[in-house]
Amino acid sequence: MAETTTEGAGTIEALTLVPRAEAAQSMKDFKSDQEVRWCPGCGDYAILAAVQGFLPELGLAKENIVFVSGIGCSSRFPYYMNTYGMHSIHGRAPAIATGLASSRRDLSVWVVTGDGDALSIGGNHLIHALRRNVNLKILLFNNRIYGLTKGQYSPTSEVGKITKSTPMGSLDAPFNPISLAIGAEASFVARTVDSDRKHLTEILRQAAAHPGTALVEIYQNCNIFNDGAFEALKDKQQAEEAVIRLEHGQQIRFGADGSKGVVRDPDTGDLGVVAVTEENQARILVHDAHAASPTTAFALSRLADPDTLHHTPIGVLRSVRRPVYDTQMADQLDTAVEQNGKGDLSALFAGGDTWTVVG
Amino acid sequence: MTSQVSSPAEQADETVVGEQRKPAGAKDVRRIDRVIIRFAGDSGDGMQLTGDRFTSETASFGNDLSTLPNFPAEIRAPAGTLPGVSSFQLHFADHDILTPGDAPNVLVAMNPAALKANIADVPRGADIIVNTDEFTKRAMSKVGYPASPLEDGSLDGYSVHPVPLTTLTVEALKSFDLSRKEAERSKNMFALGLLSWMYHRPTEGTERFLASKFAKKPEIAAANIAAFRAGWNFGETTEDFAVSYEVAPAVSAFPPGVYRNISGNVALSYGLVAASRQADLPLYLGSYPITPASDILHELSRHKNFGVRTFQAEDEIAGIGAALGAAFGGSLAVTTTSGPGVALKSETIGLAVSMELPLLVIDIQRGGPSTGLPTKTEQADLLQAMFGRNGEAPVPVIAPSTPADCFDTAMEAARIALVYRTPVFVLSDGYLASGSEPWRIPEVDELPDLRVQFAQGPNHTLEDGSEVFWPYKRDPRTLARPWAVPGTPGLEHRIGGIEKQDGTGNISYDPANHDFMVRTRQAKIDNIDVPDLAVDDPTGSADTLVLGWGSTYGPITAAVRRLRTAGEHIAQAHLRHLNPFPHNLGAVLGRYEKVVVPEMNLGQLATLVRAKYLVDARSFTQVNGMPFKAEQLATALKEAIDG
Repeated sequence: MAETTTEGAGTIEALTLVPRAEAAQSMKDFKSDQEVRWCPGCGDYAILAAVQGFLPELGLAKENIVFVSGIGCSSRFPYYMNTYGMHSIHGRAPAIATGLASSRRDLSVWVVTGDGDALSIGGNHLIHALRRNVNLKILLFNNRIYGLTKGQYSPTSEVGKITKSTPMGSLDAPFNPISLAIGAEASFVARTVDSDRKHLTEILRQAAAHPGTALVEIYQNCNIFNDGAFEALKDKQQAEEAVIRLEHGQQIRFGADGSKGVVRDPDTGDLGVVAVTEENQARILVHDAHAASPTTAFALSRLADPDTLHHTPIGVLRSVRRPVYDTQMADQLDTAVEQNGKGDLSALFAGGDTWTVVG
Repeated sequence: MTSQVSSPAEQADETVVGEQRKPAGAKDVRRIDRVIIRFAGDSGDGMQLTGDRFTSETASFGNDLSTLPNFPAEIRAPAGTLPGVSSFQLHFADHDILTPGDAPNVLVAMNPAALKANIADVPRGADIIVNTDEFTKRAMSKVGYPASPLEDGSLDGYSVHPVPLTTLTVEALKSFDLSRKEAERSKNMFALGLLSWMYHRPTEGTERFLASKFAKKPEIAAANIAAFRAGWNFGETTEDFAVSYEVAPAVSAFPPGVYRNISGNVALSYGLVAASRQADLPLYLGSYPITPASDILHELSRHKNFGVRTFQAEDEIAGIGAALGAAFGGSLAVTTTSGPGVALKSETIGLAVSMELPLLVIDIQRGGPSTGLPTKTEQADLLQAMFGRNGEAPVPVIAPSTPADCFDTAMEAARIALVYRTPVFVLSDGYLASGSEPWRIPEVDELPDLRVQFAQGPNHTLEDGSEVFWPYKRDPRTLARPWAVPGTPGLEHRIGGIEKQDGTGNISYDPANHDFMVRTRQAKIDNIDVPDLAVDDPTGSADTLVLGWGSTYGPITAAVRRLRTAGEHIAQAHLRHLNPFPHNLGAVLGRYEKVVVPEMNLGQLATLVRAKYLVDARSFTQVNGMPFKAEQLATALKEAIDG
């Protein structure tokens, strides 16, 4: 995000129209009076704390922040935020938030959704929100399972998953949410993990600053129905091999002391992992989140092994500038007034041909 | 006959576009009080445009009029086939009329298919103008004519005018640099010119229209104007058309005022724009294209300078979702659709019921079930609008009765939605949507004030004395909850589809609370202030009441007039408000021995009034995709009176 900064909302392009808070805020200001009802140990608690802890630094008037959610465990999120909020219906949050954000540019609009909500029943709305680039921040809590309906496989579950609805193993190939988002023309795509508060907060910061739709996939542990799904990324020893932390402008290296790196195969253009040596060191890919072409970001999104999660990139995979839908919608209204003058009801009614009946 | 057509070059040189043409006075002119014309041709023949232009000419002349466009769902069905026939019927008069007319006095048939598809509706004695060029063996056998109907005597009793429309048009355009195919395309304008001569229509508007429609293709504009004039001159000069007709302006039919012609969908669009102005709220339309509702999306998209936002969504669900999001943000929010789209929007309508936000759901009904008859009319979504949601989810329902009434109905829907914080259904239909009639243009200062007050601060005091905002604390009179829009400090709150505790709006699964909330939402809708139902019973001695709703108003009223002219006593009432019903409806129904309910469905309103008022209402129904004919209704009502 070379062109933007997170030092105060007034300077964040995505939030220039959102009024600032009059006084300094704290995490407490964003906690509602409602008792949080997720299962003890659920990853959602960590995400809620990270969001509540991060919002004060944006310094926005909290009455101008809205959280919109669908249905599912994660979608209870708005009830716990002391902002405006809507807990809507299954899968439709991106559509509802699109109407809100495109009619109210003075709001900071956030969508909270899950893998079933966003990628199964609401898949259509998600991809269209991404291609339109409405000024929305979508937090996709991915736990690779249906929690609220008690444990059926989800569109991100691994093939062969044994659940109540798939006693002999699930048959359908999962979505890769990052690949999907990049394919849907998303202008901002990132991945983070519920348990890594620091990384999660940094990604939220960058998403908030992004003008347009930001999709943040958050790997989130469901300790009841899919416990340990992301253990490979969380266990200190395993994580060294499994997690690839992306930093814009930095070589993509991971493993003990950065001993491994990502290189491009000159023949196929595909990406692969190598042990870094003196000879190949210069070939290690430098991450460019702002690359105009989505090709490399897409290839990065395919690096992870879907079963072991080894070589899972986290961080901002893609962040590019595209026209923002609600800005353009507002611009068209202004242009219409410039071209035709402010609407005059009498002139509208009369249209072209009229006749007069005298009494 | 071709020799009688004057050279188009002369016309193009000597007359100015937009000049009024007048008959030279060499032929008989007869005054008649009304006429019904039907233009029929292939869906590619431009019959809708021809009808629209004739309508505009007629409107600007000051006749009362009513139109019925009728076209296939396919954009270009196979040429020359019965399913590909498109027609446009126009009824105009020197007095107040109510319907597009039962039976045409004049049929213009551009090909054998058009003749075959329409002849059954045309009574003997009527004029039939046929384009003889299209009556080839092949074209006739395609639609099952073994011999030419123009020659086998099957049209005996009709006044048939065989006109080689295509040849004459091509001949008239020979000086233009056009291919034969291109020249042939103007034959609808030739026909329009001929009919314009026959009925003394003003012509300058059509010439101006053609000049502006084809402004970027001056050659095509000039060719169409030349064809239009050639048709007019043909009527003036050929001996086959010995008489032309005058239908005087309908001066006494209309109260004083400024009028224009308007279709239902345009009137509805204007009503929405006006409601937004009168409510001082920005208009937000979330919609997905669907016949016959798309014209509202098109029309509203042209008026961005009124602050109108139109969002063409990825599907029906997103269309209403975006509208609901905008309603949460304080817009006057609308979604437009037809029956299949309503089915998809049902869950979101339920959410709007639960969140108690204002939202207009405009259903331009068409033939169903499923995809049904996309371009034909029907009234079969009434029970879907009433009950098509999970749980107890009452929604107010109102219906316009004529194309112009769509304007007032849109304003009324906005009033109910804004005052009572509820989604509101508007049930228009394909007949109202594309049909048109004169509309007295309202003065802006006559329009109702629809302004609302957003919540500004706390509305409740807790026992400890602290002031709080309760999103579900209701207005004691309307039972409406406060509308607190994001951006209002101190009123941050969360709403959703889960049952809410009365007052606080917090999630509540408490059994008694749910029972209370279900009953309260129902009571809010039941107690909506709607005007009493007016009954038209001039003698006060009728024992039969005909009760209608929606677009059947024209045909029912026309049938009632016929019966009264014939000395019958019958009372008429027409419902705009279908949920809640006018509070005097039960009393009205109780006053009559017999109640007849004509509907373009299988008796949906009849079911509702039978259930609610225990009256033995009789249904008279028709579901053929077309509006009722007045004659047929009059017969049915007569049977009821006598029965």
